[in-house]
Amino acid sequence: MTVDLYEYQARDMFEKHGVPVLQGIVADTPEEARAAAAKIGGLTVVKAQVKTGGRGKAGGVKVAKTPDDAFEAAKAILGLDIKGHVVKRLMVAEGAAIAQEYYFSVLLDRANRSYLSLCSYEGGMDIEQLAVERPDALARIEVNPTEGITLAKAKEIAVAAKFPSELVDKVAEVFVLLYGVYTAEDATLVEVNPLVLTDDGRILALDGKVTLDANAEFRQPDHAALEDKDAADPLEAKAKEHDLNYVKLDGEVGIIGNGAGLVMSTLDVVAYAGENYGGVKPANFLDIGGGASAEVMAAGLSVILGDPQVKSVFVNVFGGITACDAVANGIVAALDMLGDAATKPLVVRLDGNSVEKGREILAAANHPLVTLATTMDDGADRAAALAAK
Amino acid sequence: MSIFLTKDSRVIVQGITGGEGSKHTALMLKAGTQVVGGVNARKAGTTVEHCDVTLPVFGTVSEAMTETGADVSVVFVPPAFAKDAVMEAIDAKMPLIVVITEGIPVQDTAEFWAYASSQGTSRIIGPNCPGIITPGEALAGITPATITGAGPIGLVSKSGTLTYQMMFELRDIGFSTAIGIGGDPIVGTTHIDALAAFEADPDTKAIVMIGEIGGDAEERAADYIRANVTKPVVGYVAGFTAPEGKTMGHAGAIVSGSSGTAQAKKEALEAAGVRVGKTPSETAQLMREVIAAL
Repeated sequence: MTVDLYEYQARDMFEKHGVPVLQGIVADTPEEARAAAAKIGGLTVVKAQVKTGGRGKAGGVKVAKTPDDAFEAAKAILGLDIKGHVVKRLMVAEGAAIAQEYYFSVLLDRANRSYLSLCSYEGGMDIEQLAVERPDALARIEVNPTEGITLAKAKEIAVAAKFPSELVDKVAEVFVLLYGVYTAEDATLVEVNPLVLTDDGRILALDGKVTLDANAEFRQPDHAALEDKDAADPLEAKAKEHDLNYVKLDGEVGIIGNGAGLVMSTLDVVAYAGENYGGVKPANFLDIGGGASAEVMAAGLSVILGDPQVKSVFVNVFGGITACDAVANGIVAALDMLGDAATKPLVVRLDGNSVEKGREILAAANHPLVTLATTMDDGADRAAALAAK
Repeated sequence: MSIFLTKDSRVIVQGITGGEGSKHTALMLKAGTQVVGGVNARKAGTTVEHCDVTLPVFGTVSEAMTETGADVSVVFVPPAFAKDAVMEAIDAKMPLIVVITEGIPVQDTAEFWAYASSQGTSRIIGPNCPGIITPGEALAGITPATITGAGPIGLVSKSGTLTYQMMFELRDIGFSTAIGIGGDPIVGTTHIDALAAFEADPDTKAIVMIGEIGGDAEERAADYIRANVTKPVVGYVAGFTAPEGKTMGHAGAIVSGSSGTAQAKKEALEAAGVRVGKTPSETAQLMREVIAAL
């Protein structure tokens, strides 16, 4: 799991680690934008804070000469829909006289199980486009995770990216600082586009993108506050409160399973079964993981039953370490806890560790909403049929 | 025969005194594994007892190896300490390190993987994986040993529970070795490493490879199979219906744009001569046909 930051959050993080940035103040209203522009003074740029590209073309970035201009710009930008992202927040940034634009990033390279730095002397262009059209202009330098970007490595990157010799030392210093952000913050991506040279000879990170590794939250206590809680689906937010691994989808069959691979597979099997019932589809991804306690099962069921689109639920558990009797007890207790709130039929498929006991527990409880399935395919078929009713 | 793990493997557990380490030490012993000790610096010199076996707890991996002749370490230590534990095992030149721990920051994994590669003396499986089982011989990890026994199929998968599901589907045929490589963005042993080992293993007659959305490991494996694998391979890819941009549980399981889709992986595998099932049961059926034709 990863967390993507907004531009203003990335800017603040850069500043914290000494990366040269321009002043930037967050504004949620036109009035705040005017105040921010007045505080910064001079020319400012009002920028939509959305986690998508192409905001300039969509009218999400405007230059303001005065605080009143910033007020008007903010009025125009707030509420804009940029590729499905509604603008709720702005950053008012200090203006700068830009001489040149460059590109720099460092990221986790899954394929090579290493880190990779991408860098170009030719910025101001979409980087994917540059990579395709002019691959020579984009340097790709592996960064060994045990060595990192030292000043020597940073110079190697700058030279490979074809920076002229008089600029190499200057940008290399900034690359080292950006790598500092990458490691100190447990990032999987730190990207600056554009990195700029100003008319007065400064190197600045003008716009940044940072992706953080959620696995590192135990040693990054500040990161939880950076997560975008508003933007998440309300059901996803509720699941998050219970530490459930839940993704809302668009269909009618609620899914609960154990293990990410098995749950993904369950979604597929339900979708295939649904083809026989007028195109019924899975309503969510929910992995309850190894320990299926009654509490976890109840929390999971209540999230799924809270989805008005859900018409039936398929619980698909292969008891590896998880014992099926614990899962069955969890289901029975969850239905008790939910009482009248549980209104939708549940199809349960159990196999593996203690399956006999698990099935006995469900049979003995004889809950009117629960049906036992014999196999994964059988369960998917029954759940799809119930959802199509 | 089998790959990476046999009845002669001598296993230690890093984190043997913790809850998970303790529970699974007992299960590994029950599965017939020669567990010969454990490591916990704070409890060095003590012993633990499981299944009527008394196991010594050592202060370091190196000491455990010297005293017991261990050649496999299974790591259960919590995420915050996992990197140091794995680094220690690499320094001790432990031949096989199986990292079960879930939730290790990926930069920690990147570092211990880079270090292991530079040393060249340790194979790493995982992290965030169920480990490896050679049914009837040994278990280094958390895969239930009771699902099935020894047989001619080699299995490699990112996912734990899908591994169990597939072993269950084919429980009447049995497996040479089943290896869960883990769902993290960086893992030590890849599909390709496992395919190469199964190709070389005389007791493995056919291979089932389970993949999932995200990354390009399956596409790379397909290229490898085309050029290097002569044994029949049956494939399965989870996540056909996964939407773009949503991470499905595993940190690596995400479809971004046109890359990483299940369809693309299926096509790459089929182009390499791999028969790919749409569901676990269909995949098992394809494997039955392969085994019947051997």
